[in-house]
Amino acid sequence: MAVTRRQFVKGGVSAFTFTFAAPAFLSDLAMAQGQTRRNLVVLYLSGGNDALSTLIPYQDPQYYARRPTLAVPAANVLQIGSDSAGHALGLHPRLAGLRSIYNAGRLAIVQRTGYPNSSRSHFLGTDIWSTADPGSPQGAGWLGRYLDMLPSPVDPLTAWSTVRETPRTLMARTVGVPSIPSAAGYAFASPNGGSDATAARQTATRISSHLPADQPHLAFVNATTQAAFATLDRVAQVATYAPTVPYPNNGLAQALRTVAGAMVRGIGTRVFWVQTGGFDTHALQRTNLANGAYANLMGTLDGALSAFYADLLNHGLFNDTLVIQFSEFGRRISENGSEGTDHGAAGLMMALGGGVRGGLYGTAADLRAGASNPTLENNSGDVRHETDFRAVYASVIDRWLGGDSVAVLGGNFRGGPAIL
Amino acid sequence: MTRPREPELEHLLRRAGFGAGADEIRAYASLGLLGFTGALSRLLNYAAVPDDVDSNIGRPGYVAVTARGAFMPWLNITDARQRWLFRMVHSRRPLQERMTLFWHNHFATAYSKVAGEAGAEEATRMLAAKPSEDAGGVQGQMELLREHALGNFRTLLVAIAQDPAMLFWLDGRTNVRARPQENFARELMELFTMGVGTFAETDVYAGARVFTGWNLSRPGTGAARRYTFSYNAAQHDTAAKEFTFPIYPGGSRTIPARAASGGMQDGLDLITAVAAHPATGPRLARKLYAFFINEVDAPDEALLRDVAAVYYASGFEIEPMVRRLLLSAAFRDPANYYRRYAWPVEFVVRAVKEVGWAGFSVNDALTPLVNMGQQLFEPPDVNGWALGPEWFSTGAMLARMNFAAQLATNQKFNLRDAFRPAASDPDTLVAHALDRLTAPAYPPQGHAALVDYVHAGGAWTGSDAQLAAKAAGLVHLIVGSGGYQLV
Repeated sequence: MAVTRRQFVKGGVSAFTFTFAAPAFLSDLAMAQGQTRRNLVVLYLSGGNDALSTLIPYQDPQYYARRPTLAVPAANVLQIGSDSAGHALGLHPRLAGLRSIYNAGRLAIVQRTGYPNSSRSHFLGTDIWSTADPGSPQGAGWLGRYLDMLPSPVDPLTAWSTVRETPRTLMARTVGVPSIPSAAGYAFASPNGGSDATAARQTATRISSHLPADQPHLAFVNATTQAAFATLDRVAQVATYAPTVPYPNNGLAQALRTVAGAMVRGIGTRVFWVQTGGFDTHALQRTNLANGAYANLMGTLDGALSAFYADLLNHGLFNDTLVIQFSEFGRRISENGSEGTDHGAAGLMMALGGGVRGGLYGTAADLRAGASNPTLENNSGDVRHETDFRAVYASVIDRWLGGDSVAVLGGNFRGGPAIL
Repeated sequence: MTRPREPELEHLLRRAGFGAGADEIRAYASLGLLGFTGALSRLLNYAAVPDDVDSNIGRPGYVAVTARGAFMPWLNITDARQRWLFRMVHSRRPLQERMTLFWHNHFATAYSKVAGEAGAEEATRMLAAKPSEDAGGVQGQMELLREHALGNFRTLLVAIAQDPAMLFWLDGRTNVRARPQENFARELMELFTMGVGTFAETDVYAGARVFTGWNLSRPGTGAARRYTFSYNAAQHDTAAKEFTFPIYPGGSRTIPARAASGGMQDGLDLITAVAAHPATGPRLARKLYAFFINEVDAPDEALLRDVAAVYYASGFEIEPMVRRLLLSAAFRDPANYYRRYAWPVEFVVRAVKEVGWAGFSVNDALTPLVNMGQQLFEPPDVNGWALGPEWFSTGAMLARMNFAAQLATNQKFNLRDAFRPAASDPDTLVAHALDRLTAPAYPPQGHAALVDYVHAGGAWTGSDAQLAAKAAGLVHLIVGSGGYQLV
């Protein structure tokens, strides 16, 4: 039986061995580690993005036959050319900003990413993408393992989760990655002001310095408090960031605004996690309606990334930034009776940034049903993967983060699409 | 001047309830000579205790709610959230509220999606209305969970499969013959019963066909229209469905072809089968064990087997499982005290009960709960909240500390008066605070830090101003400390 997230955390706390250094030292450390200014932003589309509605094979009659209500008319797609096998492809009509970035050569799209025997479970699928270990998707995440290989002690602010929960991808054994959904709310309050508030913070710091080896659960909670205190003051600098362009008023865009602020203020963070949900479109997916569910998902994605792109360009930070996007699976090729799509297999990944070699990677699936069609699986119901997602991770680790992908991924996945 | 501690009762009330203030602990302690057993019996047999908690909303002596206009928890989700917190603070049936919270996490249904499709008022009604307060007699999902909190699991599954909020949430309302919809069937097996890895993809596809036609209708006219479950025979797939696990007691894995008019039986048969599946009892036992006994150490496998056996022997009854757990030696073992990570809601309610509530509104806990990662009626996805250590990100931990500060600030003058008998010296003050907050044994360095905090800022005189500042300060620090996050 597969191991669930919950079993991991139940058995896993004692495996964490946090170490702590004084905040001032960590700040210096961050500066030292900041010799490279490169940033990585991981963007997770939660729920299983319908890749066939993001990147549309608008000349494939099977696409229209199998999706009578969901297919986007060829006239509406934003054409971006053909892949190496000659499949004409276009972006969803709400992705105009991404098309501009694509046309500027700074967006790579890797088609049919996945892994053998793709899980159709949200939770198992997410764990697999997070650990990069389909056989045993438990324990630390792939970027957590990268953090564990940095020289110790690792500054907790080396990574920053913009959602309330620390995602599995960033779970490390030697450092607790902070989750900071809002820089402004990341502060320590006290019932009394002045010197008593100072004394309260000192007292709370002393109490939480107790990390008893025989009570790993208490040590874990106290270590979290320590990490909060070690990061508070630097995060406060981000709260006052004023961007150079307006960001849309949605969660993803505001998270990216905060990420830009952290980069501009140079507080030492190198790895960021952002996510946006709503992609589990079983019903009323409405790809074509102006305010339809999927059209809005694409609008949110496009608006947020476009603002982030413009803001970073203005600050001269775009060349030091890489965004990679994933989702736990693609969706069924044929739409269901609810004008939606059920859980499928392979999806797509995007990479956006100054160091990205833009373009279309991999080949689109042949959507014709048939036992001999190698691009499909599950009785031709789902798209079969062509590129192992770990090959993309390997590029990111080796060519962007300067790490060792074989060590981090526990295997050699080099030689994938040359997106960097 | 500290009250005598009742460690076993405190533990029971933290686990089978949401903790208790001194008065409540005394009341349970006085339930006869049996002490722990008497209190446990009272908690389990809550059907004998009047369900009158809602009648106290708005009365003096209770935690406040904040209404914007009329207080309408059946139409306004913010009011529904407040009412549920009120119940957790004041219910005389705390185990029922606790189990309702357990099921809310188990059948995790989020308001936002339902409201997006049905509108805010309909969504609140479908999630939170009591039949007695809605003109259409709607029983919201939470009231359904409350009714079956310690009932029969198979009965609960049938009710959930037909629950209008669930039919929106997992899209069952659009599950039709021509193109079946897999969402509910998948989660029924993966999350609600057997668990991931116990079934095949083909079971999901067959399960989707089983529930074709389990849709919604909306009879009535005008304001009296209500969403209600309706079996739509014309949309049911009548062909036989094959599974990889037994559906019937004889071992048959096939739900037979049936006439559309009788096709609803397909779903009832599948629900019985997944309730009876050999993975379901152990999975429920494990979840309940973590919820009531310990989620830190490796579980007591013999006890888990017992609890699962009770589930099957009783015909899927929940009450005997919970009874078996609470009466176990493991439950009473002090080694299992403080071995669970408090859910944010547990943390908030316990803090309100132990710190005090005169002049506090549960409305002021709603935003902090969002920041701690648990908004009632808004689980992150159908898998529920990520429990255990996953509650404890740095941001969420700060939110907990800051709620402690907010509550202590709000209660400053009540705390000053309550701590006056312990004002003689800093050590006594700290001891009083730790006892009031049913804290675990404090390590020497933490204890010394608290005493130093009281000394900080000037010699101790016990003046009213000093007492107000330091009583609130101590409550903030203890409630915000690591030990208090464990229950």
